[in-house]
Amino acid sequence: MDSELLGTLEERVARRTLRMAAIEAIGPLTMLAGVIWAIAQPYRLAILHPHGKGFYDWLAQPPLLVVLVGVFFAGVIAPGIIEDLRGARKR
Amino acid sequence: MTPRAEIVHWLFATGFLLLGLLLLAEAIVGRDVWRLRPWRTYLWPSLAFGLGVFLWPVSVFFTNSTLHMVAHASWAETAMVAGAAQLALVRGKLKSRYWTLAVSASMAISGLAFLIHEQNPWLFSRAAFLHHALGWTLLVAAIFPIGQTLRPRAFGWNAGFAMSWVTVAVLLYCDRDVAPIFGHLSPLAGAPK
Repeated sequence: MDSELLGTLEERVARRTLRMAAIEAIGPLTMLAGVIWAIAQPYRLAILHPHGKGFYDWLAQPPLLVVLVGVFFAGVIAPGIIEDLRGARKR
Repeated sequence: MTPRAEIVHWLFATGFLLLGLLLLAEAIVGRDVWRLRPWRTYLWPSLAFGLGVFLWPVSVFFTNSTLHMVAHASWAETAMVAGAAQLALVRGKLKSRYWTLAVSASMAISGLAFLIHEQNPWLFSRAAFLHHALGWTLLVAAIFPIGQTLRPRAFGWNAGFAMSWVTVAVLLYCDRDVAPIFGHLSPLAGAPK
């Protein structure tokens, strides 16, 4: 087999693996950012500081919203992309 | 019973964060893989359009001056135009890739609206600082869709565009109605919350 072609294929596989790792990391990293924020500024969470908080304070707790976005990405968006990348690899 | 302005900003920040992450994922895997599933193709243009739609009630019900209302309405319009142009492009109703420049124009107009409607100097309060920061961020980031138009597959332009929205989200999450910035708060701004 042409060694140049083999090198190119190996590079492609490595790039695809890197892409899969990056996609898999986006959700958990976003969740981690939300958790670190919650630890750094616990007063922005109505759960931890419920005194005097209204309906909207419970609805929109910024660190939790960030975690929620991470969960949505990891649970809904990432699996399909990973599957498609695996499919593209097989092809 | 209406939410405070800062809460509305945080909810929009959540939408922009998701928008940024979707764009980042598309930049990482490339357009061909991203478009293997049709629903994914429509995801971020629909989200941009939806954010524009939700900005209308904000501009009608949550603004306290004409200038403020006009600025919010301009963000609503430009977000809807950018989202609609992208929806038409992915649907095939629009053919020319130069329609991507609509996103660039939208970001530039939005950035200018931020800067023009903020009447207080940078260090007046955190909200004033963030308005300036958001305005300049959008103005500078308007270059990314231009790059995407010229070189649609270049990772740098696509990732830059995505991270611009993540930055916008971070700035919106930092917003407080009345709070100091860098330890400074104008006595005219009111009592810190």
